[in-house]
Amino acid sequence: MSIGPAWYLALAAVLFALGGIGVLVRRNVLVMFMCIELMLNAANLSFVTFSRVLGDIGGQSLVFFVLVVAAAEVVVGLGIVVAIFRRRANTTADDLHEMRG
Amino acid sequence: MSLTGPAATLLAATVPDVITFVLCAIVVLSGAVGVITSRHAVHAALSLVGTLFGVAVLFIEQHAYFLAAVQVIVYAGAIVVLFLFVIMFLGVDRRENIATEPLKGQRPLALLFVAFSLAGVLALAAAANWVTGAHKVAGSTGAGHHTDTFLLGKSIFTTYLWAFEITAGLLVIAVVGAVVLARRPSRAHDAPEPLVASSAGRDVGGPGAPAASDAPKVTAGTGAGPGAGAATTGRGSPTPTGKVHEPSGVGP
Amino acid sequence: MLHAVFLVPLFPLVGFVVLLAVGRRLGEPVAGRIGTASVAGSFVAACVTLAGLAGRPSGSQVLTCSDSCGAGASAAGAAGTAASGHSFFTWITVGGLHVKVAILLDPLSMTMVMFVTGVSMLIHLYSIGYMKGDRDFTKFFVYMNAFVFSMLVLVLADNLLVTFVGWEGVGLCSYWLVSFWFFRDTAASAGKKAFIYNRIGDVGFLLAMFLIFSKTGTLTYLSVFAHRNHLVGGGAVVAAVLLLFLAATGKSAQIPLFNWLPDAMEGPTPVSALIHAATMVTAGVYLMCRVNPLLSLTPDARWVIAAIGGVTAFVAATIACAQQDIKRGLAFSTVSQIGYMVLAVGTGSYVAAIFLMVTHAFYKGLLFLGAGSVIHGLDDEQDMKRMGGLRRFMPWTYVTFLCAWLAIAAVPPFSGFWAKGDVLTNVYARTLPLYALGLLTAFFTAYYMSRIFFLTFTGRERWREPAPDGRPPHRTPHEAPWVMRAPLVVLAFFSVFAGAVNLPWVHVGTLDEWLRPVFGHRLFVAGLSTGGQVALAVADAVVAVAALYVAWRLWRRTTDRPALEPMFLQRVWYWDNFYDLVIGRPGQAFARACAVVVDARVIDGAVNGIGTLVRSTARGIRRVQTGYVRNYLLGIAFGLAAILAFMLSRTW
Repeated sequence: MSIGPAWYLALAAVLFALGGIGVLVRRNVLVMFMCIELMLNAANLSFVTFSRVLGDIGGQSLVFFVLVVAAAEVVVGLGIVVAIFRRRANTTADDLHEMRG
Repeated sequence: MSLTGPAATLLAATVPDVITFVLCAIVVLSGAVGVITSRHAVHAALSLVGTLFGVAVLFIEQHAYFLAAVQVIVYAGAIVVLFLFVIMFLGVDRRENIATEPLKGQRPLALLFVAFSLAGVLALAAAANWVTGAHKVAGSTGAGHHTDTFLLGKSIFTTYLWAFEITAGLLVIAVVGAVVLARRPSRAHDAPEPLVASSAGRDVGGPGAPAASDAPKVTAGTGAGPGAGAATTGRGSPTPTGKVHEPSGVGP
Repeated sequence: MLHAVFLVPLFPLVGFVVLLAVGRRLGEPVAGRIGTASVAGSFVAACVTLAGLAGRPSGSQVLTCSDSCGAGASAAGAAGTAASGHSFFTWITVGGLHVKVAILLDPLSMTMVMFVTGVSMLIHLYSIGYMKGDRDFTKFFVYMNAFVFSMLVLVLADNLLVTFVGWEGVGLCSYWLVSFWFFRDTAASAGKKAFIYNRIGDVGFLLAMFLIFSKTGTLTYLSVFAHRNHLVGGGAVVAAVLLLFLAATGKSAQIPLFNWLPDAMEGPTPVSALIHAATMVTAGVYLMCRVNPLLSLTPDARWVIAAIGGVTAFVAATIACAQQDIKRGLAFSTVSQIGYMVLAVGTGSYVAAIFLMVTHAFYKGLLFLGAGSVIHGLDDEQDMKRMGGLRRFMPWTYVTFLCAWLAIAAVPPFSGFWAKGDVLTNVYARTLPLYALGLLTAFFTAYYMSRIFFLTFTGRERWREPAPDGRPPHRTPHEAPWVMRAPLVVLAFFSVFAGAVNLPWVHVGTLDEWLRPVFGHRLFVAGLSTGGQVALAVADAVVAVAALYVAWRLWRRTTDRPALEPMFLQRVWYWDNFYDLVIGRPGQAFARACAVVVDARVIDGAVNGIGTLVRSTARGIRRVQTGYVRNYLLGIAFGLAAILAFMLSRTW
């Protein structure tokens, strides 16, 4: 008998929160990306939990797709990071602030 | 109010399950904390790997074996590796100064909003008895002794076929896009990177201006020569890769 | 025969349109002839209409449009309105207001039409000679024809609104004609002054129309008179009458709106003769006579009217004693004489007022035309101190002017004597103080008129000498050409003999009898004994002759008597200064305040303020966009928190 879904969901929520704090606080672009990955993982975890509890394979399918899209996103995102920050001294997100009002 | 519910299930569960869960939770959370507090990017990546493994184990715990495997292979095996590649590429020994926060009010507000959101989510979920929803909408798990892989495959290739094909296309686009984006400018009179054209061309002065970057843009070489070259040398960017096709007049 | 009445206003309208279209090409003198011919045609049509109207029995001499206009028309007080079923067109039908453009033809309007068209015709003829050589010759006749048309519309209208149209029309033409030589600043200002004073009076007309319509539901004269009892109560009838009288003071130059008339002498002399002596200024008196059924309802308003008339007559007469410009003197004389007419109206003796109006048209028109002849002969000299001894050089002018002079001075047996005597007799029977004022004014009238005559035609020939301020002497004055002399002669004839229409001892075929269908029992009958009447007549004659003698002794030889020409009188009792101080300056200050404060600061400030507000708001809001991605992420986190808060609030 497994433990109830509440624990998994709570864990996912905390993981999501940690990822959120990381995105907002860290300045290194790559670390911000990693924190976004944390948030995605939290979502995946909760999807799988729901899939188990409701007996629905759709949850797992969604995790599958999230995984794929996350991969694609990382690829493109890192490509952009590389393109911007090639040969720069620092790679903080704060360096791109020209578009201000 | 419904904490008795979760507490009851915890007490009613078997011991291995509980131990597994607790250990994995520790691993996941410490990995997350590691990601957000590491000063070194590589440390952060490694912490991320820990988290991913923990999540994979939790997947196994929830009978999603295929996904656990895919999680390890794709996430930990490909994405994190990609991260590490880029970290190496851009400078592995950079340390970020986490102590200071240049933007005013960012940290307190971030903590506030995220904490509030967490509390809100937990409260809402608790009020809704954690899981509500229709059962077996897209096909049940473990029905008729099929493995989850079988069911997952069937679901993807029949119910969600359209989405599958689109994501395949997405992957192709992403690869092509990444190749184009990350391409190094080849010759002197090629079109410069569009993203930095405006900012770099202008601030050739002041060494103190943080945004004035020595652009990889190389215009009709000699024309921008002295000015751009001065900035370039001034910066002295320690890029390990920028040796080929430097603007003329710049030392190695 | 009566249908000719439609031609009466039509001829001047056609003349106006033709001259407007092709007048400039026709040039002088053809344009002048066309203008004169159109008014002459109008006069002929008026004569034909008169024959037709006079032929009808006196009971059915009030003619108006068909029964369809106003249910009260058939029940009108005047005995038997014959339905001649004529209206030009229906102008307004809105709610309860039905206004037809139609003609009311009765003895009163017939009288007005006759002397308006007759005198206009003579003055048009005169103008051909007077305006000869003027560069705007054609424009003059365009305006004159337009004026005659407007005046006829005013007189012939059968409801207040169409009268008002004519009222405004004559005001407009007066403006055009007074500022005819607009390149002179004084003329342009005079035109504006005339129009603005008239406009102030018109406010009274409009308010009276509103009041009358709101109480009686109609604007047609006969219907209003039939329903005039609705006006009684709450002071409405007094208000309506006094508002109409305000309009009349504006148009007829009485206190408090008379200052424009002397300044209006800037216009050419035929204009002064036609508009400011014979026709437009009598429109106010005509209006009062026309609404006499309303006047009969309010004795209070009538006292006010009479008092204003009497006071105006006196004040203007005193001012005229000190004027040096011949036309200004005649202008004040006009104000004074119309004061007499208003006094007569106020005492209820409408026939006397009309009688004086008719004779005044003749002799005042003649006086102006004669003055114009003098001015023309002396090359535009208007200062009487530089005239003198013109009797030898301008005999025709001299003789005709003499006739007019004796008429206005009320020397028997000229027409003015009978007319003024009629007025004074009625005033005596009503109120003694105003009679005394009237008699005193008659003395002054004879005095100043004689002064004008002697200064102009007798004495030393001062035009031979250079002026004290250096103006050169004039060449020998010449008599006017025949186009100018002929009207003088005709008018002189009428000045002498026009009194015959209403001699006091004749009771058949007089003006009194002719106008009875209009005024009927509302007329105040003096009811004095024959002895009383003779005594009053003798008093009038004595006063006139005495004044003549005084003037003869004072002014025949000498021209320099500053003691008799005090500045107070020359400056119109400082009336203009008073208006400037009380109304002009505050008005300008108010306008300046509006321009500087209200317009520049408040309104512009508000408009600019909105712009500034938008800018500053935008500046404030712009600060959200810092350019830092992490701030934007914070925004996303905030949004998430907000949504969750909302959902939480919904749950609990």
